[in-house]
Amino acid sequence: MICYLTTGKHMAIYTAVATVLILLAVTAPTALAFGFAGAMAARARFIPLQWLGRAYIAIVRGVPDIAFFLFFVIALDQGFEWLRHKWSCPDWDQPIRQGNDFVVCDAAKLPLNSAPQWIHESYGFALAVLTFAIVFGAFAANVLFGAMRAVPKAQLETAAAYGMTQRQTFWRILVPQMWVFALPGLSNLWMVLIKATPLLFLLGIEDIVYWAQELGGTKNPRFTDYPHPDWRMWYFLALLVFYLGFTWVSERVLDRIMLRLTRGQATLGGDAQRTAA
Amino acid sequence: MKTILITTAALALTAGTAFAGGHSVVRLGTEGAYPPYNFINDAGEVDGFERELGDELCARAELECTWVTNDWDSIIPNLVSGNYDAIIAGMSVTDERDEVIDFTTNYTQPDPSVYLAMDGMDLDVSAGVIAAQSNTIQSAYIASSGATLVEFATPEETISAVRNGEADAVLADRAYLLPIADESADLSFAGESVFIGGGVGMGIRESDTDLRDAFSAAIDSMKADGSLNALIAKWEIGEGF
Repeated sequence: MICYLTTGKHMAIYTAVATVLILLAVTAPTALAFGFAGAMAARARFIPLQWLGRAYIAIVRGVPDIAFFLFFVIALDQGFEWLRHKWSCPDWDQPIRQGNDFVVCDAAKLPLNSAPQWIHESYGFALAVLTFAIVFGAFAANVLFGAMRAVPKAQLETAAAYGMTQRQTFWRILVPQMWVFALPGLSNLWMVLIKATPLLFLLGIEDIVYWAQELGGTKNPRFTDYPHPDWRMWYFLALLVFYLGFTWVSERVLDRIMLRLTRGQATLGGDAQRTAA
Repeated sequence: MKTILITTAALALTAGTAFAGGHSVVRLGTEGAYPPYNFINDAGEVDGFERELGDELCARAELECTWVTNDWDSIIPNLVSGNYDAIIAGMSVTDERDEVIDFTTNYTQPDPSVYLAMDGMDLDVSAGVIAAQSNTIQSAYIASSGATLVEFATPEETISAVRNGEADAVLADRAYLLPIADESADLSFAGESVFIGGGVGMGIRESDTDLRDAFSAAIDSMKADGSLNALIAKWEIGEGF
């Protein structure tokens, strides 16, 4: 049993768990940053910037995730390679698009063909973080945009009356108060993000669901030292426990954050805390 | 620069195997879920008939190769966009695929595809429900045969579909189904074998003719000295050349 659970293949699924956790840890703040920038752009007084922000939110929210992940990542990768190609191989005289093929010079490959496998994997990982951040950033932008509008107008007017500038009002009055309105929406997004990680395999990253499927599949004695019938159910059960446990912990943490954010706010929750104290 | 390119090309053509279009490292893409052709072994590495074959071909073509696994459904798009340089994944040569990518000479004979069904099942291959992996020659064949096709992303799922009654039978390469039929008392072959496809070859980008020629030459040399037949016999892939 111990031997079975520590084969190279099982080590790979443990690594995949770490990959998923790191991905979440990196993606969540990045997506939040994208969301914040998107919401700020959508609120901007400068009209083109406002259009940009609103277009970003509308387009990304409208496109199915799976199409985004299949199409956009390949396009993004090719875009990077095209830029590098222009930069490092100016003498290249063949077309880049040859029928279906996308051909750039060897030096422009990203990562280089000769790079070790871990660099290829990290590059794929970075692309994944970027794509997740763009997709979830758009949703976060919409949530934050709404949250910013939910802050009572009287607060902002009072700030103006005290002589604060636009910028000061935004950073000192609006932003600290909006989180409490944003949190329910953001926590929803976090839960969806946790469950969206199996999309990683579309990007060539072997995530836990891929390994569960691979490890649980029927193993024929001719090809392994540990033959077994179809055990996918048990592996998926383990995944279920993992995801449930993870979302459970998340909810506990989010509840505490909510409690902390509500303190001293001019909301129902804030009032309740005040009267209880 | 131009002269260097031309000399390289000329060298590659004359030497046949020397540079293969200037690839410093050739990345081989496979699925890793189709024993005995390719699978992930206990150590988590790519193993199987195509692993041994690929390593030998690279040695003969004097190329440095690395292995990459990729989902079957996106294996061709990722090749043409340059994420790896060759597909070596039990992929049969067909006209539809040949329009998008190029193939080396085939390294297996056209392998008979067979139906695997529950024991004692009275199978009607032209009217029943047949499972196959999506985007395979078998799925295309079933779609045109009159039977109802149910497709799955991985070969493993096609077998489960037969076991749980979702499909009457599965159609797949004989080499893949043979070890499964041997191990499971409840499944057995049914109906007649069908011959589809033009044997298995390596898929290469159409623009990458040097690499294709290098691998074709290596495959031919393995056919000539019998080492390919030895590999085919060892992994029970089917008939030799």
